[in-house]
Formats: sequence, structure tokens, C-alpha cells
Amino acid sequence: MMPALICVISVAAFLQFFVLHCRSILASSRKMVLSPRVHEVTGVEGATVAVSDFGRLLQLVKLCPERADDRLEIRAVGTYYNLLGALGSVARLAFASVASWTEIERRNCSYFAAVALDRRISHSRDLFTQQVAENL
Amino acid sequence: MPGLSQYAVWIVSFLLEACVVVCSLYRREFLRYLPLNIYMIGAAIQGGGLYFCIHTFGFASSKYVYYYYYSDSLLYVLMYFVIIQFYQQVFKEMKVGSQIRTAAALILAITAFFSYMVVHQNKDHLTTRFVVELEQNLNFVGVVLMYLLWGAILKLRETRTRLIQLVLALGIYFSATAGIYALRNLFPGLEMSLLRWLPPLVGTWLPLAWAYTLVRVPESAHLAPSRLTMKH
Repeated sequence: MMPALICVISVAAFLQFFVLHCRSILASSRKMVLSPRVHEVTGVEGATVAVSDFGRLLQLVKLCPERADDRLEIRAVGTYYNLLGALGSVARLAFASVASWTEIERRNCSYFAAVALDRRISHSRDLFTQQVAENL
Repeated sequence: MPGLSQYAVWIVSFLLEACVVVCSLYRREFLRYLPLNIYMIGAAIQGGGLYFCIHTFGFASSKYVYYYYYSDSLLYVLMYFVIIQFYQQVFKEMKVGSQIRTAAALILAITAFFSYMVVHQNKDHLTTRFVVELEQNLNFVGVVLMYLLWGAILKLRETRTRLIQLVLALGIYFSATAGIYALRNLFPGLEMSLLRWLPPLVGTWLPLAWAYTLVRVPESAHLAPSRLTMKH
């Protein structure tokens, strides 16, 4: 009885801590403004990014040279996005408020992916400039 | 003998633990996060000791099993000091450092006394099952402590992003580990397969998340924790 109770509470606590951790990562990207370069590359217009753009943005992120320091957050947010997708499709059947919350969260994930792409584009430009300078 | 994947997990854990300490030293924050760094050094030494035990006494030896669980218990003591530091940072403004230290010492003493009593009563049959139960309980105490700390963060409107992320990472670690040990307790049949290797795998999460936070999140970064709750 006791292990079962501990197991249930731990799983609930794990999910809550995981969601909070992902939201703390997303919160830092929400303050950033996307550069015109990203708008140009992705075709995204305005300040909001559509939920459906997440996969495409992540593919573009993977095309850029990797930065060692953003892999963990991209992976964590990717897991969070998929988790929200599963939760959203279940919630759509009965809990409309939960379903709309998952949509907002997934939109934040897409915005995070656009910010990550922006950072990687700047990083690859820096690398290119550095290489050109070394060749001169 | 452990397989290639298990060796890989150990090496990755060791490197990440070293990375946390090196990052702290490089950023001159070793003393600021002293308990956290001591814990990481302890975890790295434990990893080295495990490697030594396997090669000297063998994977199936009782020496290895005893070393694994006893060194793990010692690491819990170090982890308590990390938790005390987080509590002290959150309650810094209230100047209740001495009360926190007293409460922490009391919790540690109660946990040690409780564990001693349980060990004393079961000394004739100290089985792996018993050790698994003890680890499950210790980790669950950790989950409760992190939950209380998160409540205090929300209540006191703590805004330091770094502290928030360090606490949340520890919460994830404790809840995942407690859940895995509870599952091992519930399904002993799964113990020799997947569930035996999940704790070391989850163990890589903590140095990974802490290294990320120390490298990526500046000390000056702030965020409102109330924005992280579901309502927003």
C-alpha cells in the first residue's frame, strides 16, 4: 500500500516539477524579440508563432551548427511540447479549459523554437565571420 | 559485468559532475554554492569507487552492493546540506538561518535514528528489498522537502531564476528516483532488468541540469515564479 502511494505521489510531483522547469525555460525566451532574419527565414509574421510551426522550426534549428549550451533546453521543450500534445488531445474531449491552456503552452514552445533558431543563426554568422577573419 | 551502456552512463555522470565543479570554479562561484559542489565531488568519487569495486570484487559481489548503498546513503547526507542551503537562500531576507540549521539538523537526526531503528530491527535479514525500501523513503523525504521549498518560493515571491531552476531540477530528481524505487518495491520481478538501471540514468539528470543552470542562467536573472504556475 505504502509503495503504491509513494509511487503515485512521486509521479504527480515529477510531472509538476517537470512542467514548472520547462515553463521556467520558456519564460526566459518569451521576453526576447525575434529578429527580422528569423521572420525572413521562417515566414512568420507578427509577434506570435503558430503551434503548428514548432516541428518546422525545430528542423531549421537542427540544420544550423550546434551550440553546446542549448541542446538540453531544446530537448526538454521538445518533450514538453509532445507531452502537451498528448494531454491536449485527451482534454479536448472533456476539459475545454485544459485544452486551451495546452494550446497556449504549445504556442510558447513554438516561440521558444523561433528564439532558439534566432540564436543559432547568429551563432553560425559569428562562426562564418570568424572563419573569414582567420583566412584573411 | 556491466555492459557498454552502463559504462557510458557512469562516464557521462562523472564528466557532468566534474563539469559542474569546473564551471563553479571558472565563474568564481565555488564558495557561493559550496554544499552543491561538495555533493558533486562526492558523487564523482562515489562513481570512481563503484568502478574500482566492480573491477576488484566483481559486479555480483556483496562488497559492491554494500558499497553502492552505503555510499549512496552518505551522499544523501551531503544532499541534505544542499537542501539546507537552498532553504537558507530562500529565507535569507527573514534572517532565520539559525532556525533552518536547527530544523535541518533535527530532520537529519530523526531520519538517521529512524533508519538505525529499522536497520537494527532487520539486521538478520538485510536484503536488497529492505535497502530499496529505505532508499525509496529517503527520496520521498526529499520530494516532500522540495515541495515545501517550492511553496515557500511562491509565497515569498522569490524571483532569482538560477535558484528556481536549481530547486526545480532537484525536485525532478527526487520525485523520479522515489518513483523508481517505489516501482522496484511494487514489482520486484522488474528489479533485475530495467528498474535497476534507471536510478543511475536519472542520476545524470541532476549534474546535467545544474551544469546547464550554472552556465546559461546568470546570477542576476530574475523571473516571477507565479508566472510558472498553471493559471498563467
